[in-house]
Amino acid sequence: MVKREKSRIPVSQQPFTVKKPEDITTIGGTVSVQINEKKFTVPLGTTILEACKENQIHIPTLCHHPDLCIAGVCRICVVEIEGMRTLQTACSFPITSPIKIHTSTPMVRKARRHIIDLLLSEHYGECYSCFRNGNCELQSLAKEYGVDGFTFGHIDTARYEVDRSSAAVIRDMSKCILCKRCVRTCIDLQEVGVLEALERGHETHIGTFLNKPLADVICINCGQCINRCPTAALRANDPSDEIWMAIDDPVKHVVIQTAPSPRAAIGEEFGIEAGKSFTGEMNTALRRIGFDKVFDTNFTADLTIMEEGTELLNRLKKALVEKDDLVKLPQFTSCSPGWIKFIEHFYPEYLDYLSTAKSPQQMFGAIIKTFYAREAKIDAKDIVTVALMPCSAKKFECNRPEMNSSGYKDVDYGLTTREMAQMIKEAGIYLPEMPKSNFDEPFGDASGAGLIFGATGGVMEAALRTVYELVTGREVPFKNLNIEPCRGFEGVKQASVKLENCVDDYKFLEGVELKFVVAHGTANAKKVMEMLRRGELNDVHFVEIMACPGGCLGGGGQPIPTNAEIRKKRAEAIYAEEETLEIRKSHNNPHVKYIYKKFLTEGPCSKLSHKLLHTHYTKRGKYIS
Amino acid sequence: MESITERKKTRTGPVLFSSYTQGEGIRKALQLGRGNILFELKSSGLRGRGGAGFPTSTKWMLTAASIAEEKFIVCNADEGEPGTFKDRVLLLEYPELVFEGMVIAGFTIGAKLGLVYLRGEYEYMLKSLQDYIQMMRNENLLGKNILGKNDFNFDIEIRLGSGSYVCGEETALIESLEGYRGEPRNRPPFPVDTGYMGNPTVVNNVETLASVPHIITKGGEWFRVYGTSKSTGSKLFSVSGDCEKPGVYELPWGTTINELLKIVEAKNTKAVQVGGASGVCLSKSQFNRSFAYEDVATGGSVIIFNESRNMLKVLKNFMEFFVEESCGQCTPCRIGNVKLLEGIELIEKGKFTFSYINKLKDLGRTMQVASKCGLGQSSPNSFISILENFKDEIFQTNGRGK
Amino acid sequence: MLVMERNTLSEEIEELIKIYGSERSSLLQILQAIQRKHKYISDFAQQEVAQLMNIHPVEVYSVISFYSFLHSEPQGRNIVRLCQTISCDMKGKEDVKSTVEKELGIKFGETTKDKRITLEFTNCLGMCDQGPAMIINERVYTRLNTEKVIQILNEIK
Repeated sequence: MVKREKSRIPVSQQPFTVKKPEDITTIGGTVSVQINEKKFTVPLGTTILEACKENQIHIPTLCHHPDLCIAGVCRICVVEIEGMRTLQTACSFPITSPIKIHTSTPMVRKARRHIIDLLLSEHYGECYSCFRNGNCELQSLAKEYGVDGFTFGHIDTARYEVDRSSAAVIRDMSKCILCKRCVRTCIDLQEVGVLEALERGHETHIGTFLNKPLADVICINCGQCINRCPTAALRANDPSDEIWMAIDDPVKHVVIQTAPSPRAAIGEEFGIEAGKSFTGEMNTALRRIGFDKVFDTNFTADLTIMEEGTELLNRLKKALVEKDDLVKLPQFTSCSPGWIKFIEHFYPEYLDYLSTAKSPQQMFGAIIKTFYAREAKIDAKDIVTVALMPCSAKKFECNRPEMNSSGYKDVDYGLTTREMAQMIKEAGIYLPEMPKSNFDEPFGDASGAGLIFGATGGVMEAALRTVYELVTGREVPFKNLNIEPCRGFEGVKQASVKLENCVDDYKFLEGVELKFVVAHGTANAKKVMEMLRRGELNDVHFVEIMACPGGCLGGGGQPIPTNAEIRKKRAEAIYAEEETLEIRKSHNNPHVKYIYKKFLTEGPCSKLSHKLLHTHYTKRGKYIS
Repeated sequence: MESITERKKTRTGPVLFSSYTQGEGIRKALQLGRGNILFELKSSGLRGRGGAGFPTSTKWMLTAASIAEEKFIVCNADEGEPGTFKDRVLLLEYPELVFEGMVIAGFTIGAKLGLVYLRGEYEYMLKSLQDYIQMMRNENLLGKNILGKNDFNFDIEIRLGSGSYVCGEETALIESLEGYRGEPRNRPPFPVDTGYMGNPTVVNNVETLASVPHIITKGGEWFRVYGTSKSTGSKLFSVSGDCEKPGVYELPWGTTINELLKIVEAKNTKAVQVGGASGVCLSKSQFNRSFAYEDVATGGSVIIFNESRNMLKVLKNFMEFFVEESCGQCTPCRIGNVKLLEGIELIEKGKFTFSYINKLKDLGRTMQVASKCGLGQSSPNSFISILENFKDEIFQTNGRGK
Repeated sequence: MLVMERNTLSEEIEELIKIYGSERSSLLQILQAIQRKHKYISDFAQQEVAQLMNIHPVEVYSVISFYSFLHSEPQGRNIVRLCQTISCDMKGKEDVKSTVEKELGIKFGETTKDKRITLEFTNCLGMCDQGPAMIINERVYTRLNTEKVIQILNEIK
């Protein structure tokens, strides 16, 4: 008997976990299997697909995804097993006895061909007018199997209306092949629960509660479903047409701020393997496209650290010195808009725990249309701010009604990495071969602490580097300033650092063990919130939560496809680039010092900074927005 | 309408409809003990009566042997196959056989709870079944220490379905019991290993369970006397359609179709659909074949068509049934059934080509091997057999197309 | 929905959870009970069930839309389901269909204006030897002909 882990996903779509034996050298630990006339020895319980992947035997898949549980619904990975009448799916069939498998017999090839023909007969639209042209799994399969006609016809009217209600995610169910990846992502991986299969049989389609438009349900816009969709059924809301118009308009002064994660991943859109950063090249490319200024979001990341770090110290002071019981600890980070919408829907009673600091994107928008407009002597109404983000939720964030502290819409457009790559290609530029250049003044190059925001644990690490030094006057006691306990892809990380020999201003923190928690992916965010509810976080001071698995580098706007390996390489690229920078602590960033001297003269968390750099949150319903 | 007891008295048959006293099956089973029960079952050669024909003793043995905290016996009363109504008769008139079969199964495999998945359309019999179960509890045939056997605690719970044919498939049934959409699971693992709530579960058809008390009381060898060597015992056939005496008949395996047609007084028979919509359609030349797992396998549904019936319309009715009842999970069944139905509509309009019809038959053959569950694997059966066996009639009356 | 109606519905659902349990495996039984009493499972009921059983409301909606006998839209007080599968079809289901549609003035798939009757087709009811057959709520009527059908329809409230 095999006990399944408690999961929300129906059992029909859960993996069969024959417990793989710990020691595969014992008898019964491995099994010998024959695939295509070659013999292999595999651990007991390995699925056929895993066995084939390890031995470089290609089996096509559609509904299978390394991040998600097994579905076995598309049937394209079927293989023939000697002695069995029906074909079996390689993704779900565990090898528990010495069987003989054939991955390419006439029956298998015919079955695969039929399945592709059936999918194409219902797939509305043409490749050349589709934004996934060239990067679509159905298209690649059709090419692999030499499809040159529609055996079972081709649908010529859209079955479903496109849902364009959401600011971030657009759903076109006429292109859906019902692989259920989005369902498994939303319910199982992210535990938000917005998408599920509705109706039965041929009427089956993926929909929301009561078939409401996406904007009316509790979608947090994290875009993880977009990253995993094999076709164009899900896409982000692309504003590039409007941005082109702004660039081409001579009156408008179009500035772009770029986040760290897109730089570490945009190379993938140009065929470069994951793990290479193209920061300098992208700056040049952006200017050539026509952006008037290219700014580094890491600058406001540093600013966020100053604001949020000060806020944390203020809360700690209230708790420890003034013995104020009402102060909310731990303090939660607030730079992930997917996380913000998540807590607004599911845990609205805990909104006070959030830091009031805006995300770096929004801080920048406010600064650009006030401070920068003044310095550059440009009328703020002519400035168009574009934010290049790895994130689809940022499109929703920049449209939040309260994000207009500058007197105008602080950030006009949120642009994803994919959309940016598309604009660069449209301009005829091949990014990897661009010469490198730096960011524009007056914000210049930022510190490494801002750069590592892109990886999960990065915000925490940056905050610690500053807070520790402010409190004790010394650098964090970690080799090379790399705070290892913050790094890595574990779901919920907990660690602490002791504050000793504090400077006079912070003597009240003497001997305090500063405890922090880092979580990524909303399933883990839920775990942390439940811990908070149960009172298990009473001695924790600071919590970083990112809505997307892996942190921002796995965001909903990043290049498709995504998997754990790719995200790991992007993290390595970010950390490697950071080590090359001179300045690695937010408070050492000279531009940050400058802005506090010249503009935010009252200092962090003062009334002026609150007006521009802090925000408030909205309680939202648990089921309907 | 006739009273149930009146109807019961007039039913005759060698096995299921033979005499039986309430409680004698459980009594004998407790005496025999698990090992002997499995032996009798094995020697009887009983195979699943829902249509799949999996050896029941193997299912029970695998479940009995597995080590788990909980085990379950599930009675599959989701009789949805068109033309099948034998389970209705068993549940209404012979509940003692069905429920005592479950108790014996529970005893053998080590289950404490038996679940009956009763299809939603049979809600009218829910009360009478619940009353019967309560009576069994009062007689100490259910509950704690059944018939004095220490530590043998077993109870039965009835769960209703909600109008879905695919929930008759055993893993879809378990999904439905667990509160999900009735979508079949990936197999392996099979329910005997990982079933209801992840525990070893035996899912048996009503008729299979009803056979068990007879086998236990009269012995496996007695059961073997009827039927053929590979298909032992008798089978309940639910006969409907163009015949004088439709109803439920118990006949031994090995009976030929001609013999059945004589018994039900069918005249001018053109075609016989055996096994419901997922079965095969046989023409006159094949009426000498016999009902058996090795010849014409069936779950018992026999629908008779006389010369006046339009076979294409019959086929269309079947394919519409599958299009509506498919769960929609896997590609071949969800889209394949629609394509087959569209093909039939093309034939009706006379707008078909033979090459396209052959492509559809090819698609049907793929569906038979690539679909995720029995529904998709058997829905092309009637398509292929009717177009094959009645091609003269269909393609003459509907034109040669282009 | 009025606040009072909502409160009664919430209490009902809480009672059902006490009877059947709050595990996922009780979901179908609870939905069937609500369907039986109210003839449909309203938006509010779905949200309450989701809240009390700790599952996502879209999952509740998904389960309801899968099963033919569960509805999320209001239905008539009596749901008439006529078997459309081959055996009943051969014995005269088309005549029964036309009689019913003429008698009630609505087509299959619709509900009468006074919400008395909803007409639906269903698949094999297991009454193939006594066709044509139909079920109204959970009562079965077999061997239908025109007179019988009219009489039955007039009798149901």
